Amino acid sequence: MWAERPGLLGWLTTTDHKRIGLLYFWTTLAFFGAGGVEALLLRAQLARANNDVLGPDTYDQLFSMHGLTMIFWFIIPMTTGAFGNYLIPLMIGARDMAFPKLNALSFWLFLGSGLLVYTGLFLGSGPNAGWFDYVPLASRLYDPGRNIEFYALGLLFNGISSTITAANFIVTILRLRAPGMSFNRIPLFCFAFLAASFGLLFALPSLSVDLIFLFLDRNLGMHFFDPSHGGSTLLWQHLFWFFGHPEVYILIVPAFGIATEIIPAFTQRKMIAFPLVAIAELLVVFIGFGVWAHHMFADGIPAVTLVFFAGATAMVVIPSTIQVFAWSSTLFTGRPRFNTPLLFIIGFILFFVIGGLTGVMFVAIPFTQQVTDTYFVVAHFHYIIFGAAVFPIFAGMYYWFPKVTGRMYFERPGQISFWIIFLGTNLLFFPMHIVGLLGMPRRVYTYPGEMGWTAYNLAESVGGAITLVGILLLFGNLVVSYRRGPLAPPDPWHGPTLEWSIPSPPPEYNFAVIPHVSSAYPNWDLADREADRRRLAEGVGMLDHGHEQVVSTLADGEPVEIVRMPHSSPWPILLALAVSGAFAVLVTEKYGVAAVFGVLALFALVGWHWQEEES
Amino acid sequence: MPVALVVAGCGSKQDALAPHSRASKSISSLWWNMLIGSALALAVVAIILAAAWIRRNRVGVPGVRDGDRAAMAVVVGLGVVVPILVIAALFFFANIFVIRDTTMPSAAAAPSQRPKLTIRVIGHQFWWEVRYPGTRAVTANEIHIPARTPVQVLVHSDDVIHSFWVPQLNRKLDMLPEQVGGLLLYADEPGRYRGQCAEFCGLQHAHMGLLVFADPPATFRRWLAAEAKPASGGGAGLFVSKCGSCHAIRGTAASSDVGPDLTHVGSRTSLAAVTIPNSPARMREWIRDPQGVKPGNQMPAVRLTRTQLDRLVAYLEARR
Repeated sequence: MWAERPGLLGWLTTTDHKRIGLLYFWTTLAFFGAGGVEALLLRAQLARANNDVLGPDTYDQLFSMHGLTMIFWFIIPMTTGAFGNYLIPLMIGARDMAFPKLNALSFWLFLGSGLLVYTGLFLGSGPNAGWFDYVPLASRLYDPGRNIEFYALGLLFNGISSTITAANFIVTILRLRAPGMSFNRIPLFCFAFLAASFGLLFALPSLSVDLIFLFLDRNLGMHFFDPSHGGSTLLWQHLFWFFGHPEVYILIVPAFGIATEIIPAFTQRKMIAFPLVAIAELLVVFIGFGVWAHHMFADGIPAVTLVFFAGATAMVVIPSTIQVFAWSSTLFTGRPRFNTPLLFIIGFILFFVIGGLTGVMFVAIPFTQQVTDTYFVVAHFHYIIFGAAVFPIFAGMYYWFPKVTGRMYFERPGQISFWIIFLGTNLLFFPMHIVGLLGMPRRVYTYPGEMGWTAYNLAESVGGAITLVGILLLFGNLVVSYRRGPLAPPDPWHGPTLEWSIPSPPPEYNFAVIPHVSSAYPNWDLADREADRRRLAEGVGMLDHGHEQVVSTLADGEPVEIVRMPHSSPWPILLALAVSGAFAVLVTEKYGVAAVFGVLALFALVGWHWQEEES
Repeated sequence: MPVALVVAGCGSKQDALAPHSRASKSISSLWWNMLIGSALALAVVAIILAAAWIRRNRVGVPGVRDGDRAAMAVVVGLGVVVPILVIAALFFFANIFVIRDTTMPSAAAAPSQRPKLTIRVIGHQFWWEVRYPGTRAVTANEIHIPARTPVQVLVHSDDVIHSFWVPQLNRKLDMLPEQVGGLLLYADEPGRYRGQCAEFCGLQHAHMGLLVFADPPATFRRWLAAEAKPASGGGAGLFVSKCGSCHAIRGTAASSDVGPDLTHVGSRTSLAAVTIPNSPARMREWIRDPQGVKPGNQMPAVRLTRTQLDRLVAYLEARR
């Protein structure tokens, strides 16, 4: 039907969702490596009391970069950018994302933002006030270097990329679904990405405003956060956490989506309480917008405010418990095959329950005020972020490996990698609960020997090393499988959704004939798939006149229109280069030069639309 | 006696599960109850998952199955009804009853529960300024309070955000530049309780410790009276010229408030915000190379000859 342009130029100008997904995958994996090395260095420093592997300045930059990298340059782009991009069009029976060129743009912007902050780190001016970067510590008076410019501009830049991705997912999921895929037949995976995308779209503006205020305060002498001139340091915190708490759900909801794909596939059973789970995925993000001040319980804000936010924190538990019992009862009533992907999902459920239970404890205001900003909180959110977001990412890597590469992974090393990572991460994160209750604050670069924290910290560092071994085994297994694994059939798991109805790896156009869908588990509707094959043989409904795509109605999935999608284009990467230049120059306060890059970006935009006319 | 104090001085724990006040006891018993509840909840999920594993090879399960109503009831029961009941109970218990023990008694409370003493603590990078309103006493990093007496601590910050936290006595409270917060401090018995800054405040956040000494009330009154007095005796010339641009010793010409007030520094058990014990040798090391002892703190090394250093340490250690 059509083929992608070969060679390097083909990859640089691609607008194909699968290629962009792979670009995201390799890039975020590199950032995962960087964030992991940072974590290991932090653990090396904390392994002993009064250690001097790292000095305080290096430590502060590394812990800030560890958090920022894992959130903004690993988990979000890995779930949305890599998994979402690659899989959502396949699951809804589409041939590409709704805006393929915007999709390419969001990748190149994402790459530029990551390179920008890492440039800061390698120049010794990496962000150094933590990922939530409280003022006045981050104000120019107390942080006179360029560290915070790299932070503010890097995140602002990254936010543009995430906003574009989110809008693209929303339109894709709402309008490009295959005929018959009405709203109640959208796979739960896609519901999760819909929820995360809406979350990003509504949360990011708050962060962007905060970052712009910070930049203006630092560079143009404004006083948004300066109490001596009528500003407020709490304003930063409110705006940050109004973004920052939904962000946590944006991190884990796509992981819920991965779990709701893998559990049905390995139990051969439809998810129990499907509509409740779909609603829970949307609700968890929605209620997540009402809980932000529980990060500020120790600020001394009025008790009435605290009680309101504690109440919202209690409410947000319910959508999570619904999902936990839906997953586990589906496993219980099905006939589970404990392959590597499902093992990682079991690990995920256990981690999510433990991290969720310590999260429920934050409903209790006095307890939160006791443990906030200690290692107890560090333990809590690593159980959530590593256990409940990264475990499903690993599960997904194994699960979709045959689809993406056309080869099977090796099962036994896969299972061993799970057990090593599961034990390693528990040893790494569990003692943090205890050491936090014993009074160890977070973000300390060292600690005295007589506090009773040393043995726990050593255990955590050993756990970190074990986790590293497991992760190396995981990726080693995937690399060897990619080269020598047995060839994979189109549907090795008897999976429930449409990506398993096409060859492995999928052809450029995904679906030769646009599938018709009559349930949320279309690949299990054997008669429908047989009908697709018949139409392909007869040449009916092929849409073989170039990049064509069906657009369907929002609620019922009725096909209403056929649109032509753009092919490859050089403009996304050129526009991203100009924008990257502008942000890089802004760090150095050369506003004139930045404006030149801005004009170049405008030229790129003109070229972008010129192309549209021609094709 | 001072030597024994020095040795023990840095040995205090800041263990939230070893409470020494009503407030901390309430919080830690809340924790133990929540831990039991959490263990039960985790056990329920773990049992379901274990059962799924045990039943994995059972026969007679058809290929692809739809959801069923019995399982749906489990999801609604365990996923909606039970959590709402449990969390509502936790919410009311913690946020109506436990919270009362951790907050300042209101004006309507019985007179015996109202604070008898107010202390102001001001956060600095990276040390604590401690003032006793109504007296001239100013000290740093080591707070004395009377035991078995409610004390009100008013906190704010002079620079970035810090957090005042002595876990054995009460929960933490952030110190902001724009508002003054109030925290109840009460110690059940005389003792030494360690605290630490809990909000990341810069390079030496890790070495921003503090000690609370709960003294028998009579001892406390003697301590406060001594602390309020200016320094006695002469010999301040070297201190005034070398240290006076940042530090104060009341009764001398040195009166700056950039660094800690050192009027009675010789009576403290520790230096540099509980980073090192207070001994002549360690004080000497600290003055000679403050950036080596606590890199990134605000104190510069002052050029001193060996004899000047000896005289300065002797002078400071005699400020009791």
